[in-house]
Amino acid sequence: MKDLFKSNMAIMIAFTAVVMTAPIWLAPIGASYPDLLQKFAIFGVFAIGFNILFGLTGYLSFGHAAFLGVGSYTAVWSFKLLSMNVLPAIIFAVIVSGVFSLLIGYISLRRSGIYFSILTLAFAQMSYSLAYSVLTPITNGETGLQLTLKDPRVIDGMVGIPVTDSLPSTNFFGIGMSGYSGFYFCAVFLVIAFYVSLKIFRSPYGMKLRAIKSNQTRMRYTGFNTRPYLLSAFVISGMFAGLAGSLMAVTDPLAGAERMQWTASGEVVLMTILGGMGTLIGPLLGVGIIKYFENIFSALNEAALHEIFNFLPTGLENIMVVISSPFVGEGWHLTLGALFMIVVIFLPGGLMEGFSRLSRMFGKSDNEVSEDVVSETQGKAEGEK
Amino acid sequence: MDEILLQVLNGLDKGGAYALIALGLTLTFGTLGVVNFAHGALFMLGAFCAVSVQQVLTISERVKDESITFFDAYKEVPYLEIWWGDFGSMIIDYSVPISIFVSIPIMLLIGVAIERGLIKHFYKRTHAEQILVTFGLAIVIQEIVKGFFGANPIPTPAPDIVSGSAPVGTWLGLSENLVYPYWRMIYLLFAAVVIFGVFAFLRFTTFGMVVRAGMADRETVGLLGINVQRRFTIVFGLAAVVAGLAGVMYTPILPPDYHIGMDFLVLSFVVVVVGGMGSLEGAVLAGFLLGILQSFASMNEVKQIIPGIDQIIIYLVAVVVLLVRPRGLLGREGVMED
Amino acid sequence: MSNILEISNVNKTFGGLHALSEINLKIEEGKIHAIIGPNGAGKSTLLNCCIGRLIPDTGSVMFNGHDMIGMEPYDINHAGMVRVFQTPEIFPDLTLLENTMIPALAKRDGTFKFNPFAVLSKENEIRDHAMSVLADVGLDRFADQHAGSISRGDKRRLELAMGLIQEPALLLLDEPTAGMARHDTNRTIDLLKKIKERGMTKIIIEHDMHVVFSLADTISVLAQGRIIATGTPDEIKNNPKVKEAYLGEEAEDE
Repeated sequence: MKDLFKSNMAIMIAFTAVVMTAPIWLAPIGASYPDLLQKFAIFGVFAIGFNILFGLTGYLSFGHAAFLGVGSYTAVWSFKLLSMNVLPAIIFAVIVSGVFSLLIGYISLRRSGIYFSILTLAFAQMSYSLAYSVLTPITNGETGLQLTLKDPRVIDGMVGIPVTDSLPSTNFFGIGMSGYSGFYFCAVFLVIAFYVSLKIFRSPYGMKLRAIKSNQTRMRYTGFNTRPYLLSAFVISGMFAGLAGSLMAVTDPLAGAERMQWTASGEVVLMTILGGMGTLIGPLLGVGIIKYFENIFSALNEAALHEIFNFLPTGLENIMVVISSPFVGEGWHLTLGALFMIVVIFLPGGLMEGFSRLSRMFGKSDNEVSEDVVSETQGKAEGEK
Repeated sequence: MDEILLQVLNGLDKGGAYALIALGLTLTFGTLGVVNFAHGALFMLGAFCAVSVQQVLTISERVKDESITFFDAYKEVPYLEIWWGDFGSMIIDYSVPISIFVSIPIMLLIGVAIERGLIKHFYKRTHAEQILVTFGLAIVIQEIVKGFFGANPIPTPAPDIVSGSAPVGTWLGLSENLVYPYWRMIYLLFAAVVIFGVFAFLRFTTFGMVVRAGMADRETVGLLGINVQRRFTIVFGLAAVVAGLAGVMYTPILPPDYHIGMDFLVLSFVVVVVGGMGSLEGAVLAGFLLGILQSFASMNEVKQIIPGIDQIIIYLVAVVVLLVRPRGLLGREGVMED
Repeated sequence: MSNILEISNVNKTFGGLHALSEINLKIEEGKIHAIIGPNGAGKSTLLNCCIGRLIPDTGSVMFNGHDMIGMEPYDINHAGMVRVFQTPEIFPDLTLLENTMIPALAKRDGTFKFNPFAVLSKENEIRDHAMSVLADVGLDRFADQHAGSISRGDKRRLELAMGLIQEPALLLLDEPTAGMARHDTNRTIDLLKKIKERGMTKIIIEHDMHVVFSLADTISVLAQGRIIATGTPDEIKNNPKVKEAYLGEEAEDE
């Protein structure tokens, strides 16, 4: 079974099957409606891209929400100026966010570690401020960029698509992008994104990135110029973010400045870490769990809590409601923050680390045990420098 | 000339806040080696200490409003006023300065609790993990505050006697139109006092000397057999108190709400970086400089040349500094220079 | 025989300390040149100046006719000068095999190659080469272990493997047998002799005189930042200045 997963083909087939049938197997837990599924796919793309940078090289960037925002704005402008067809919107979004991340990455990567993170923080805030109040002709500031009837949509005009009285909807050569078709469209990109990250993880390039995280100085003395490696990883992840942003606009054609705040970057960091940074599926697991529970938790109110704890005697029921109510509804962010802390403190490798620990506990054969013990004691006896 | 002086004053008092927050942050980073993304939250907690004190002092009772005669009207009268009349009103009026004394032990307690409960487990972990866990903590603190106090800013006025503006122009023999709010000048003085207090503490006490030695070379200090651990706790508590005090006094200037912590966080890191991570003097200097810079950038004349410059000037400066002189204005060479 | 490395007039001071004074050294191609000297003599500083970790205040480091001073470390590496670190600077999160493959990849791919679509599992040539070098240093049975968990002695052997696999024109070894048990030391000596036959030039900094006299063709003695003698092992053994440098230091300690 393990050998089967060595083959890229096998993994991709399994992954595609799981994603494409998601509406079916997610139905029993109430997670199969289009909005949520779209979120899974979109944030999945975002997290996969972020993981390529953070998971492989260890560089923590707070600026990726800015690339997401840039992708959204570009896509909406494409809808307004060119066509409601999503293809040009996505293409331009990826290109523009790529250029933007090249610029920011080039400057930020002149430093490493915490200086790098602070630089990305500064850039994120700058982008947000600019989007919110300075570049309002482009971003429409606080209100956000939206479609209007007066949009030129040049290409649509050339092709002869009629102008109607109501706002047109996004489409992929005629196929509407709302509901399940919207999800499937995003899912295709999720599969593509996953494939790209699979290839990167299993390439010499990916191993070099991991080596950079392990000991960057040594890499330079071994003959590698680490700067282009880091920059390329940064731009790739920035383009993934831009893609995710454009998909957001595809399924809901508006773009707002709040998406670019550095705290919004925090969300994708959480997802990546919760699932397990540096692993292939970890971030996706994180996305799934966070978005699923966000959905459930933020909808819960006191009445719903009472229903849940109904089976308990009244006194106990009330106590449970009181204890849990700060964590639901509006308090979902509290839960998120607490979860974040718990993961970083106890399980920095995320769920994937948890799984591998469990499997090692249960799946050991006698031989494996003695080898591990031998090498561990050997290591301890001779000591670490 | 008037305008310039106004902006300088403006910048100084804003800079005072920046300097105080950056001071606490540098203490934590320089001594403990910990990057604390919850520092902005400490500033916010200080502000909400002031809010809480005000709310406690103004616990009221519904009393019939005798002044309205054509229908039964009720008003809320604080118990303090009911019991102690004018003296009671005065106490309520002075709630912000009173909060100073209340907040010091509270912030100290909070700081110590955070250090003992969380931070000390992260001394040996990577900066990225420190950032992440304190970021999580900041969110948790923020949400708890939001839960208790709601999402809207809560006005916390300064004492009546200083709520007006001082005729600064007349004092300095300049235009009579030049005025500046009393409270903001008090804030500036207060910030200066706290800063001097911290520096004096570090310079003239044995404890302070150990802290400064630890900032210069932590490993050696540890090897000397000095119990660094306990000192770390106190330093963190001190940093929390300084941030909290900055927050308490700032409430009349900016009514606090649950996300001012995050708002000030990025700013505080930027200030620390410009000043030089690990340099206390640098943090203070950079705080004031950036405050003044931001003030000038918000002058209309400047905004006409480069719109929106006031929003981004601080970040631009940080970017330039990080690229050109990563050790900052007064930082030591080699501190975190990768 | 030409000189592969010519260090001329190198000085380096740190604050008030003259770490290196007027260093002139010529390293002949294909030979093993040992640098010995009491602690604090400046040996590591000298190596650091060669590979780009430190920049000397004066002088030049001519490698195959090109001055290496000011060049980026990765360019110096590709020029053919590789250093094996005294304090192991390995990749703790990677396996030993991966640790050894990385330098091999550097040699093949150059300073930057964007090949995210190449397949790591198909890099058989690199993998086989890495395994054989690991076998040479006796670490092949740990190939799949994480480098962070092996003993310090093993890490030093890994360091050696990582240096050897790049088959540099000039290999700089900083106390390669420090902390090694006797049989490991002998094994390392044999390995280095074997490689010398392939023509790799080596500079070795060593304290262990057994190693020095088994391997070195030429020996230079460094004391207090200066080279006080250079010659064949026999010449150095009988050099009075050398004796004074070593014994003189010990007398001072008493």
